[in-house]
Amino acid sequence: MNVTTVFINALAGVCLVFALIKDPAKTKQALKMAVISFFRIFPTVLAIIIIIGLLSGFVPESQISKIVGENAGFRGVLTVALLGAVLHIPSLISFPLAASLLEKGASITSVAVFITTLTMIGMVTLPLEIRILGKKLALLRNGLSFVIAIIIGLIMGAIL
Amino acid sequence: MKKMSKEKQKKGLVKDMLFLGITLAVAVVLLLMFPEKKELVVSSSKGFFMEMILILPAVMILMGLFAVFVPNDVIVKYLGRSSGIKGIFLAILMGAFPTGPLYVAFPIAATLLKKGARISNIIAFLSAWACIKIPQELVELQFLGLKFMITRVVLTVVFVIVMGIAIEQIVLWSEKTNKHEQTS
Repeated sequence: MNVTTVFINALAGVCLVFALIKDPAKTKQALKMAVISFFRIFPTVLAIIIIIGLLSGFVPESQISKIVGENAGFRGVLTVALLGAVLHIPSLISFPLAASLLEKGASITSVAVFITTLTMIGMVTLPLEIRILGKKLALLRNGLSFVIAIIIGLIMGAIL
Repeated sequence: MKKMSKEKQKKGLVKDMLFLGITLAVAVVLLLMFPEKKELVVSSSKGFFMEMILILPAVMILMGLFAVFVPNDVIVKYLGRSSGIKGIFLAILMGAFPTGPLYVAFPIAATLLKKGARISNIIAFLSAWACIKIPQELVELQFLGLKFMITRVVLTVVFVIVMGIAIEQIVLWSEKTNKHEQTS
């Protein structure tokens, strides 16, 4: 158990107590939602964790750092940016995946770019976004998000 | 409408289970072929599993609490009438609180547009919803550390504001030129 784990659980505990005092009925509803979403996300969590294991067992570090490492250059950054934009995995699960890649020699830039495009850009949900918000807003948002994801990643790589 | 989303959820669960099944099958086959890798794969997976399982229930509880105590109409109420720098920060805050995937935020954004909220605020709201959710940030803290998390959040807030203003200007400009073309 590290400090972060304790902090997160304590935060959830404190919020839970406050919620219970304020409105027990609503809190019960929230807990029900929590249980449902826990079981809903669990299969994907397990799958990603297996993939992380396979990654560390079968993909040599030299390979990972060649594709997304410091020396992969701009092409490496572009690759992860596109990957993040196309993939549709819950961002919650992207963090352990990103951490394992970082451990195996990926650069901070590519990991930051990956997280940002993964969360901000949704190729799968783009048609829905166009229908609800209009073509102009949806395309501008997704397009500019791609650009700022790369800028954020480059700055993070430079200062961390 | 509710029935449909339930059916969709069921379909999503089946898809996720299928994904898990395929991953598991691939893992079993690979490990049978290369038994010498087993130790490394299992220990690595186990480490990440433990880290995840210790925080996942807490994160889910926080998400549930946000969803119930910060309903969507509260967001619309606050964002519909705010403006200026305060408005954009409020938009980011409002985007960071509630939970759910991004496509849940689209209808809220559409309502805000109809209510006449500024485009820059709506873009900031959507972007914050997408990538700086509070429960999510706790998972980022756990796996990537405080320095990484803070830096990414600060940079994201800055660039989301820039992007919001830029998109607003582009949309206003294109509307203006459209009007010009129509009148001339």
